[in-house]
Amino acid sequence: MTEPAIEDLLREFAPQVLGALVRRHGRFEDCEDAVQEAVLAATVQWPGEGVPESPRAWLTTVASRRLVDQVRSEQARRVREVAVSAEPPPEVPDTDDTLLLLFLCCHPALTPASQTALTLRAVGGLTTAEIARAFLVPEATTAARISRAKQRIRQAGSSFPPPDGPDRLGVVLHVLYLIFNEGYTASSGDRLIRADLAREAIRLTRLVHARLPDDSEVTGLLALMLLTDARRDTRTTSSGDLVPLDEQDRTRWHRPQIDEGMTLAKASLAGSALGPYQLQAAIAATHADAPTAAGTDWRQIHALYLILERIAPNPMVTLNRAIALAEIDGPAAGLTLLATLDADDRMAGHHRLLSVRAHLLERSGDLAAAHDCYRRAAKATASLAEQRHLESRARRLHR
Amino acid sequence: MRFLISLHINPAVLDALTDEEKAAIGDGHGTFMEEIKASGELITTLALADPSQAAVVSVRGAAPVVTDGPYAEAKEFLGGFYLVDCEDRERALALAAKIPDAAIEGLGVEVRQVMFADGNLDA
Repeated sequence: MTEPAIEDLLREFAPQVLGALVRRHGRFEDCEDAVQEAVLAATVQWPGEGVPESPRAWLTTVASRRLVDQVRSEQARRVREVAVSAEPPPEVPDTDDTLLLLFLCCHPALTPASQTALTLRAVGGLTTAEIARAFLVPEATTAARISRAKQRIRQAGSSFPPPDGPDRLGVVLHVLYLIFNEGYTASSGDRLIRADLAREAIRLTRLVHARLPDDSEVTGLLALMLLTDARRDTRTTSSGDLVPLDEQDRTRWHRPQIDEGMTLAKASLAGSALGPYQLQAAIAATHADAPTAAGTDWRQIHALYLILERIAPNPMVTLNRAIALAEIDGPAAGLTLLATLDADDRMAGHHRLLSVRAHLLERSGDLAAAHDCYRRAAKATASLAEQRHLESRARRLHR
Repeated sequence: MRFLISLHINPAVLDALTDEEKAAIGDGHGTFMEEIKASGELITTLALADPSQAAVVSVRGAAPVVTDGPYAEAKEFLGGFYLVDCEDRERALALAAKIPDAAIEGLGVEVRQVMFADGNLDA
């Protein structure tokens, strides 16, 4: 069996084995260590000796043995040693606890950064080094974050949370959304690993969707990811420069992913209450539906942003609505709406506000002001790709 | 998001502190480092030697010229920095506010987001 195939197997089975162990013994921290060691053993042995007949059972046995070893080595936990070692290793798990595991990793006591790192390691099966590379922080920092997160979960009690907690599902979806954005947002660093992150976020969201097919926010988030990710190859030039939506080559959008995303977006809107992910998916679907940039249904996009603004008010939503409004009523209307954001501390001096304003000023013919705004936006962003893009816009106005 | 929190020091202010006050600053940094290590937010920190020990290197006509530092004749000098990875700008500002220097008039703590980095941080 080839190595990528082994990797896929481990990614699929590791969280299931971890789930089975945690269900049986609690002690998330110890179980997670044991599974990491079992996965490590598998990556060393399987390529040479072949994949065992039942890889999941193999992993479960090895991880259980490691767990017993760990417990045995801790004298203070002698009582539990008897309890654990007296039990036979768990059979091949008959339930897949991956979703519960995801809920555990997204424990509200953790910061989003820790939830993200722990989810990627325990559920996504990424190594600490891979997570560190994806987020451009040293491995030591990531390791500290993960080990601290595990301690916190232990303190908070590492039994599985009630699966019906709506708050926890909200956190899970937010973490998946963060992972996706980290993989999708163009910035400096190793692009390959970041594309992997977006793919991993989609895989995990698919998993949640498979368990909760009737939850329209889950469906909406999956649709949003698929529709957004379908545009990935056209968002940058081969040299890494940004290509704005209206200049992207729509024939190169990934059609199967768009079709699936459209179907899911429609299905999610058929549900009862409207949530922010559904609405964002509907907006992404409207863009995907347009044969050309000029053929975009801006009225619909504007209407969707209006609803989004009402149920989840956020200056970024207002900013996006201003773009849609400018397409319908002209740049002056967009600029008037943008002016309402100047008083917002979160937005004052934000590069997105500056760059949208620059764009609308350019369209309204005030080229001097647009030039100035593009330059200020370029200074305000921390993304090199975006900075290059904004500076080239500013230069273009001078010609 | 990664931020560089740089510490700018006015030597006159530093000299005017009592030994107890200096020790308190040292302890404060120790506590701060423990805290952001535990939270997984510290990437690295460096303290720099006195600017009187600095050298300024320039190359003129392909020949290197080395003169005494510091480079900028300013009242404050760069004393060191913390490189952190935290949730957002607000958190970086909150972290900076915990550094003892921030509570002392004449010692500056500056926060700037990292835009590009390269090299081996784990080395």
